[in-house]
Amino acid sequence: MRTAVIVFPGSNCEHDVAHVLRSLGAEPELVFHRDRDLTGADGIVLPGGFAHGDYLRTGAIARFSPVMAEVERHAAAGTPVIGICNGFQILTEAGLLPGAMVANRGLRFICRHVLVRVESTDSVLTRNADVGDVLRIPLNSYQGNFVLDTDRLAALEERGGVLLRYVDEKGHPDHTINGTTIAGIANAAGNVAGVMPHPERASERLLGSSDGLVLLESFVASMAKLPA
Amino acid sequence: MSESRHRQLGMTDDEYASVVAVLDRPPADAELAMYSVMWSEHCSYKSSRHWLDRFRSDYPWVVLGPGENAGVVDLGDGWLAALRIESHNHPSFVEPYQGAATGVGGILRDIFTMGARPVAVWDSIRFGPLTDSKNRYLFGGVVSGIAGYGNAVGVPTLGGEVEFAEPFSNNPLVNVMALGLMKRDQLVTRAAVGVGNVAILLGASTGRDGIGGASILASTSFDEDSGAKRPSVQVGDPFEEKKLIEACLELYEKDLVVAIQDLGAAGISCATSESAAAGGMGMDVDLDRVHLRETAMTAAEILLSESQERMLAIVEPGDVSDVLAVAEKWEINASEIGTLTEGETLVVTMNGVQVASVPAASLAENGPRYRRPAERPADLDAIWADAPMLPGVVDVAASVLRMLDDPALADRSWVSEQYDHMLFLQTIVEPGHDGSLLRIRGTTKGLAVSTDGDPLRCFLDPHRGAERIVYESALNVAATGAGPYALVDNLNFGNPEKPEVMWQFIETVEGVAAACESLAVPVVGGNVSFYNETDGVDIHPTPVVGMLGFCDPMPASPPRLDRARHGMELWLIGPESGKDFAGSAYCRIVLDHLGGRPEAVTPDIGNAVVAHATRLAYLVPVLHDVSAGGLAVAVAEICIRSGVGAAVAEPTWELLLDEAPSRFLAVVPPGADLGIHDIPARRIGVMGGDEIDFGSFGSLPLDDATRVWREAIPRRMDHISSLPAKPGKRGGGQRR
Repeated sequence: MRTAVIVFPGSNCEHDVAHVLRSLGAEPELVFHRDRDLTGADGIVLPGGFAHGDYLRTGAIARFSPVMAEVERHAAAGTPVIGICNGFQILTEAGLLPGAMVANRGLRFICRHVLVRVESTDSVLTRNADVGDVLRIPLNSYQGNFVLDTDRLAALEERGGVLLRYVDEKGHPDHTINGTTIAGIANAAGNVAGVMPHPERASERLLGSSDGLVLLESFVASMAKLPA
Repeated sequence: MSESRHRQLGMTDDEYASVVAVLDRPPADAELAMYSVMWSEHCSYKSSRHWLDRFRSDYPWVVLGPGENAGVVDLGDGWLAALRIESHNHPSFVEPYQGAATGVGGILRDIFTMGARPVAVWDSIRFGPLTDSKNRYLFGGVVSGIAGYGNAVGVPTLGGEVEFAEPFSNNPLVNVMALGLMKRDQLVTRAAVGVGNVAILLGASTGRDGIGGASILASTSFDEDSGAKRPSVQVGDPFEEKKLIEACLELYEKDLVVAIQDLGAAGISCATSESAAAGGMGMDVDLDRVHLRETAMTAAEILLSESQERMLAIVEPGDVSDVLAVAEKWEINASEIGTLTEGETLVVTMNGVQVASVPAASLAENGPRYRRPAERPADLDAIWADAPMLPGVVDVAASVLRMLDDPALADRSWVSEQYDHMLFLQTIVEPGHDGSLLRIRGTTKGLAVSTDGDPLRCFLDPHRGAERIVYESALNVAATGAGPYALVDNLNFGNPEKPEVMWQFIETVEGVAAACESLAVPVVGGNVSFYNETDGVDIHPTPVVGMLGFCDPMPASPPRLDRARHGMELWLIGPESGKDFAGSAYCRIVLDHLGGRPEAVTPDIGNAVVAHATRLAYLVPVLHDVSAGGLAVAVAEICIRSGVGAAVAEPTWELLLDEAPSRFLAVVPPGADLGIHDIPARRIGVMGGDEIDFGSFGSLPLDDATRVWREAIPRRMDHISSLPAKPGKRGGGQRR
């Protein structure tokens, strides 16, 4: 499965996510943001980092990078597209996912493992997981507080668009981490998904957790067009 | 050129006379400006260089020792590591966010200018007590600056130190260490060679920011007018640096540069003169070609600007267009500003007029050297005689609780969770353990780093204090399984024009050098920060060492503080004294006393203990060195991190709280015997229950210890209104 991992100036997780995807049998290729050709890509990853320095607003400049028109075309055609952290922020700015990200509640950067519960498996990111699974995955962001107006939030919840939710150790939804309980969402078709914590950083027990693998395995399975 | 002009620039009359002698004429404006900065303490090491020759780096695995931008050591199989440490004390006091941020940016350039990808950063930061709002502002600002720059530039921060003590109230210390990795064929140096080769300035445009940052800020002391120096602090742009890193690494990969040098203190003056001098060449530099961000800059301003995120690459003429194409791809500026020439003269022109013509080496290498007078402090004997008055009976449990509430001993998650410490999928032991351990992906190799300083003991006895931090650092990396392999040091001192400060410096250098020799660890680089003095008061002498440990293969399951389980046994390994209290956390926090003379490390025992810890790291779940707070706090830390209590029975309270060096704890399943013939080792207790129980010396609930330890920093930083006010004085400090 040819996987385009988009590299914006300021991206920094592209090698990490490519490394894990390769270990799962995908064939990741780093694609520079100026490229306009994603022909043959079975899937697309927008990795974490600080695209264009996060200047102006996270993702606000990246959405105008030349490659994004092609990403949008693929997304509309049903190609699996995932955005991790900064990639999630870019997908919301590009309008491929609803909502926006604001600064964490504590106004500080957060880098630590958090717990997320799988809320829906109707997406390229969660299809191999089970609803109710609790995953331990590192969060690593300053602007990770997902916001959406009340009506559209209700609609998102209603259609099962919320994929992952922050929970505490007792399994209760937890908004105290960064201000929201929403850690991952998908579009209505389920082929475009964004996740705030970094599944690639939870890919080996030696790194503290391998709980993120099920998410990236879902993505690889989606690219392979395996039956769910 | 009047003589008062050179004094305004911080140059002595004698130094000015030397410039006139070198040039055989009075210097022009731009020339004087260049000499004043290049011969400043910060750039020339004029007070320290004589003594730094004491450090040894002649070991087979050292590829490049001191003198380059970073030290480089060989890790086998074609892998090299580059490491360096540097201070940003003065800028961080004037403007904490930008001061700390540009400290990170500067050290990263030192690493990737060698050809290496920077893979990790450590920060050793010291402030006055958090009871004071100014200290909280500085601490919060520095941590945000490190996070803001380090996270965005895409280099993880894997740990460091945080300490709070009164001597740093008006002079915080911000020391940053960085590590880079490369394959051997990527190594590049600054030595500019090849007549006709082109000097290309890469990266940010040049402005008036940070002009004289090195000479004005880092080479003088502070007084109440320091706020006026804020314009001398540089402003960082991590995005520009990230692009610069990727562009430079691509240039190395495509073999497009002959040499490269970063621009730091003294900007273009320094980069052009150092690279030309290193290659034994001359260089013609045209300032009209420098891309500027401001108009009407003078030649001196352009030459001295410390605008961040700039590199000077030396390129063969046929490769210039390829270099420019890489720069264009990464959206960074690139300007051909110079040409290498025969001879050794740096010639600078602007608007077609020659503004400087000086021997490159006279700026970069042949600056003044001083052997400043040194004198043992007159009150040292009295300080040594002022040994702590130890009480007859001590409630160890209560003392431990007080120490766990001290921000210098408490949980540092408030700091480390603001730093991306997981990027590159390499972090095996994260911040919060004795040493941090990272792997080189795709190999079996592991690298551990610990940074350590101990200003209280170094104040009491600089030589012994310096030896002890080297050994502590060695034990910290050993606790991850990595043997000590190379060291960098950051020597933070007061005003070197005071003989007592110079004496402290010389004693410290001797202590670091002697300990490194005993351990067979090369000193591959360092930084000296003098003039850490405010209103005439010097900081405690504060050497900070950064120890690199190396292991191959890495332990399959390296020790961690959170792997102790119910029923496991606690062992204490290493010599005991029960009487080493001078400079201890117990004396500082509980007795509010600083005096006496700390004990010396015994090198044979220290070496054997380090070697033993390195071996045990492959076998046991928990290893932890005994340092601040002694055995009792070390046990408490294991209990808190593992979520299980312990019972420890020692015959005297002194054995629980003293801080004799070269000791560590191991936690193992029952029945193991950790004794070896030449090192004392004994079982001191067992894990279990929900109390940390010191027998007849008291017991405390694990939950209480955990809460106090976790909340010590957050409650001071985030809920500051609940703190008692101490009107009229800076609270919490220890006095002699």
